[in-house]
Amino acid sequence: MPSVDDQQEIYDVAVLGGGNAGLCAALTAREAGARVIVVESAPRHFRGGNSRHTRNLRCMHAGPSQLLTDSYSEDEFVSDLLRVSGPETDEALARLVVRGSAGCPEWMRRFGVRFQSPLHGTLHLARTNAFFLGGGKALMNSYYAAAERLGIRVVYDAEVVALELADGQFRAAIVRANGRDRTIRAGAAVMATGGFESNLDWLREIWGDAAANFIIRGTPYNKGTLLKLMLDAGAQSVGDARECHAVAVDARAPKFDGGIVTRLDCLSLGIVVNKHAERFYDEGEDFWPKRYAIWGMLVARQPDQIAFSIVDAKAAGQSMPSVFPPKAANSIRELATQLELPPEKLEATVDAFNRAVRQGSFNHAVLDDCRTVGMLPEKTHWARRIDTPPYWGYPLRPGITFTYLGLKVNERAQVVMAGGEPAPNICAAGEIMAGNILRKGYIAGAGMAIGTVFGRIAGEEAARHAAR
Amino acid sequence: MPHADPIAHGEHVMTVCNACRYCEQFCPVFPAMENRLSFAETDLVYLANLCHNCGECLYACQYAPPHEFGINVPRSMAEIRAHSYEAYCWPTFLSSAFRHHNLLTGLVLAAGLIAVMVGAVLIANEGVFPRPVGHGDFYGVLPHDVMVALFGGVGLFSVAVLWIGLSRFWRDVRGGEANSPTASDLARALGDVLTLRHLQGGGVDCPSAEDQRAPLRRWFHHCTLYGFLLCFASTSVAALYHLVFGWLAPYPYGSLPVLLGMAGGAGLLIGPAGLLMLRGRRDPALGDPGQRGLDESFIALLFITSLTGWLLLAFRERAVMSAVLVVHLGAVLALFVTLPYGKFVHGIYRTAALINYAMESRRTGRHGTR
Repeated sequence: MPSVDDQQEIYDVAVLGGGNAGLCAALTAREAGARVIVVESAPRHFRGGNSRHTRNLRCMHAGPSQLLTDSYSEDEFVSDLLRVSGPETDEALARLVVRGSAGCPEWMRRFGVRFQSPLHGTLHLARTNAFFLGGGKALMNSYYAAAERLGIRVVYDAEVVALELADGQFRAAIVRANGRDRTIRAGAAVMATGGFESNLDWLREIWGDAAANFIIRGTPYNKGTLLKLMLDAGAQSVGDARECHAVAVDARAPKFDGGIVTRLDCLSLGIVVNKHAERFYDEGEDFWPKRYAIWGMLVARQPDQIAFSIVDAKAAGQSMPSVFPPKAANSIRELATQLELPPEKLEATVDAFNRAVRQGSFNHAVLDDCRTVGMLPEKTHWARRIDTPPYWGYPLRPGITFTYLGLKVNERAQVVMAGGEPAPNICAAGEIMAGNILRKGYIAGAGMAIGTVFGRIAGEEAARHAAR
Repeated sequence: MPHADPIAHGEHVMTVCNACRYCEQFCPVFPAMENRLSFAETDLVYLANLCHNCGECLYACQYAPPHEFGINVPRSMAEIRAHSYEAYCWPTFLSSAFRHHNLLTGLVLAAGLIAVMVGAVLIANEGVFPRPVGHGDFYGVLPHDVMVALFGGVGLFSVAVLWIGLSRFWRDVRGGEANSPTASDLARALGDVLTLRHLQGGGVDCPSAEDQRAPLRRWFHHCTLYGFLLCFASTSVAALYHLVFGWLAPYPYGSLPVLLGMAGGAGLLIGPAGLLMLRGRRDPALGDPGQRGLDESFIALLFITSLTGWLLLAFRERAVMSAVLVVHLGAVLALFVTLPYGKFVHGIYRTAALINYAMESRRTGRHGTR
């Protein structure tokens, strides 16, 4: 047992995890009158978990507003969710999130959160998603400032290392900060510590040695410690530990926290080859926003978990600019040398591809008629010959955004234990329980909708329980 | 630590920003950035002078230090601005003036020019300080023609130097495009300048530190800018009175030049003092620490000019007037001389950048900011 401070701290609600869901829970519980502490494992500068890398919240709405254009109905939102998440999704919880999302922007504004105007969105999501002005870190700054104003206690650099449970109820969390353990007792707890994608050991258990080549796009603090503690304590899980959201990121990205900028959007404009200079998937299968999240796992299944996106000068300016400059060369052979690919093989692959291209009228905005014929795998849209120097190449790695394995919850956000009974004073919110609603796949802004709606439910439930 | 090569660092910063774009609705810098795929020095100079140093994007940035990308747009832009002030300075050998400003150099320059003025007046009056013959007889101390020649000459020189810098800046920022701004471009840019609306980029007052917002910086800048413009108007009206109507100074307290001068003088006391105070309270991460002297010397000269102007008004009926007048004229001269070689140029380049932004955003059909 870890040594415990003599001095014990007692609160009504302990919120474990200081991202979007945690802060939504903390603010809600505080407004309900509870004494609240937020335990954040990151130092202040990096607070907010993966929420600091987010940008928008998917939001059901009946008509145009300052934030969103047109309308987005409950049924449309639910069907968008179910389409990617599959039949195992808990539709009742999904509907709860969708309905709850409608009131989120107004609630968020009460805490100083600002939104973009929808007129100039870059991602064509102005109808479905409300964009935070300045992005997720600005959002988290607003929430933390509001928390301070309302008298919520926040401790940074503090990781939950153990839980004290009795009779299926939360009693206390043992929190390690500055090398010392302290016991935080509370009438109820909200678990909001995200996924486990930055726990490299856990990833290795699942993916083997391949995991060493994964890049973690988000915070290095999502170690899944609390998730594991809860699972060990008999909480029911949802989702598959192998399911994660992963995109193709630049192989030169930092191991952690590279966020949005390391992704590469040019894959559908050219070809993608593995380390043997062979193509392995249809780069033009569908619109990039719909397909970019499959490329992380596609790259992960290639030898040494590396691939290369190769485009020519015709691709200039047609995708979001990259943060790292491409390798550039005036011949395919020279590019291959720079990328450390077998030169003859890359030339052969490009030649074969170029021969298979059937000329059409290129239009990146529609599923155009530029395709290959007689090549495996085919490229079914936007196929143009790679024949105009300079040629550019980007190295790609799987970049994990988040994991889906989580804690099963009920509609009151209470964690469901082994026997099927909910733990009365243990709630969960955010990525740690998002698998109830989104088991796999991805639609933009759904995670923030789940975190905000369930954060508020969890905060309310925890405060109510603590008041009893 | 300042960046040894602000242009190279700025290119890194804008490359990261252009792949992110989360800040695109804070201010014009980001929409202007999105119009570009790469960032040459001229692009960076334009973006830097478009930046109002409001600070929003630093606190919103997921890549801000201590993140390894080390993105601090407000500081990077400030460094590039200082670099651009030197790059467009004429003559080139005086560009180092921008680096050597501080409160002391401002004061020494003012003192030096006051001494020169005193000397000149003494020489002109055979070693005796003139006693004004009548109340407020300024020209009895320094003849009108001498005053016009001195201040007109220095003023014209400063305007010419500013014009040279502006034309070079404009040529680079326009990248050789010949078309001129329309009336609506100019009106839009002028509106931006006169309202400082980009210091309310997110629809609220800009931050002076994380979670600290106040309208004071905008208000004090308004006091300074409008104070300066009112003083300029006062001088212009006085010149008109003198040259067209033959009405000689001093003008009565209720006259237009005096009223304009008093209003402007009030602005130039309150504004600079307020800005100096706020500078000390502002999160140092937002600025370039190397530019403290540049700011402070300009602020000091504006303040001294205004203060001595007030003293002149107060004592213009007394014998001490001649001494106060000479001191005031020395201060004004110091201000005039340093206009093209100090912080004043920020207003010229930023206005030009805003005009260019109005032209660009008209063409691309997007303004990006509220």
